[in-house]
Amino acid sequence: MAEPEQSQFSRREAMAVLARAPEDRVLALFAASGLPEAATPLRGPETGLVALRGRIGGGGAAFNFGEATVTRASVKLPTGEVGHSYALGRAREKARIAAVIDALAQKPENRARVADAILAPLRAEQRETDGRRREETAATQVDFFTMTRGED
Amino acid sequence: MYVAVKGGEAAIENAHRLLADRRRGPRDVPALTLEQIAGQLALAVDRVMAEGSLYDAGLAALAIKQARGDMIEAIFLLRAYRTTLPRFGYSKPMDTGAMLVERRISATYKDLPGGQLLGPTFDYTHRLLDPDLAGDDMPEQPERREGAAEESRMPRVTEILAGEGLVEPDGALPDSTEPADITRTPPEFPQGRDARLQALSRGDEGFLLALGYSTQRGYARSHPFAGEIRIGEVEIELDVPELDFPVPLGRIRVTECQMINQFKGSAKAPPQFTRGYGLVFGQSERKAMAMALCDRALRAKELGEDVVAPAQDEEFVISHSDNVQATGFVEHLKLPHYVDFQAELGLVRQMRREFEERKQTSTVKEAAE
Repeated sequence: MAEPEQSQFSRREAMAVLARAPEDRVLALFAASGLPEAATPLRGPETGLVALRGRIGGGGAAFNFGEATVTRASVKLPTGEVGHSYALGRAREKARIAAVIDALAQKPENRARVADAILAPLRAEQRETDGRRREETAATQVDFFTMTRGED
Repeated sequence: MYVAVKGGEAAIENAHRLLADRRRGPRDVPALTLEQIAGQLALAVDRVMAEGSLYDAGLAALAIKQARGDMIEAIFLLRAYRTTLPRFGYSKPMDTGAMLVERRISATYKDLPGGQLLGPTFDYTHRLLDPDLAGDDMPEQPERREGAAEESRMPRVTEILAGEGLVEPDGALPDSTEPADITRTPPEFPQGRDARLQALSRGDEGFLLALGYSTQRGYARSHPFAGEIRIGEVEIELDVPELDFPVPLGRIRVTECQMINQFKGSAKAPPQFTRGYGLVFGQSERKAMAMALCDRALRAKELGEDVVAPAQDEEFVISHSDNVQATGFVEHLKLPHYVDFQAELGLVRQMRREFEERKQTSTVKEAAE
């Protein structure tokens, strides 16, 4: 059972990685994976709005503070699996392919290929981006020092 | 009096054609791409998203281009676009404590856990125009501090302070309360804090800035401290019927401001620090601060304070904070009012006649006496 930890994805994690990924990367990695694209559209791809909620004071009662565009799709594979995708933005082709990927990943024989060929590279790119941003921000941290006072 | 109102079709068509040409500018200069606007005028895009109340950088960039950089026109375009889309639902309340922080400062605590992170700020710049930017500038790569901890949460200053009870807790409403939605329900006054925050978050930055400033100058003085300002990306999740877990939608960038205000206490509440809250799309620090100042001022009644200043007057502030509504009503004055004006003109002529007659009569009388 020596599957590397890197390529384990729950369905939720897979959807998170796909939601954040740029459209061209999802399409390119899917095309390169050789996985079958055949699927019947059940819904969409369609773009709509999600009302975004925050919390008063950060942790208090919820309030609505704006909306965002969201694109979603649902598809059914010839073998019956149903896949869904949701992501901020208006990338319709990405939504369709992400739903196909979600459906394919439900078949045990596809799981490793979906993870290794598509999800793992995307997650690595996202971790790289986050890590770089964290390091760039960390470089702007103020390191306070106290000047020596005369009377000491 | 009847006034002809037909006509002008050709003039309108030609005006729009002229507008398109002027918008394009000199044709020997390359057209702006949306990527350039979103990437290099990012804070303009953030403002249009915030006041348009729609998070979509590509659409906001398009709106700015189409509006020739007129921000309120761009905001109007975005608001109009959102009415064409169906609503999929309400997200789960986002957790700003789990933000991937890009800037985080506190003016009240020097040594707060996680540190003071300046991020990409205009603060401490000299505000001298940089002639180098007139050309094709290519700044240095940002410095990186390696090994930055990959922590999942950065506690808010207000969480750190909560222990002593000297600062009021996060604003709570009864759990059963469904948050107000001003896009669905016409505003009624008095409003809940949830409805006010929704209105303030999309409110005009200039208007809220001026009101916030007025509270600092003594109109509803509230002795504010910037407890914390943080900017960064937060995850958005949505509950959907077809899946048994909240679906991750990706991240949005927001600015959050925790204003901490001196409060001497009232019959209802002990002396403690009270709070104002700001939450705005994108990197919009000035707006988030102004919003937090206004939120606190508008809590006057709740805290048993006298309502004596414009910034504390809920109906005044909320009814005039939306720049799309404001521009609609102000700019409608340009539309033909020929009939209205003819009627008023007739009225003024009549009043003038009567005025002259009265004057004449009194002069005659005086002469006779």
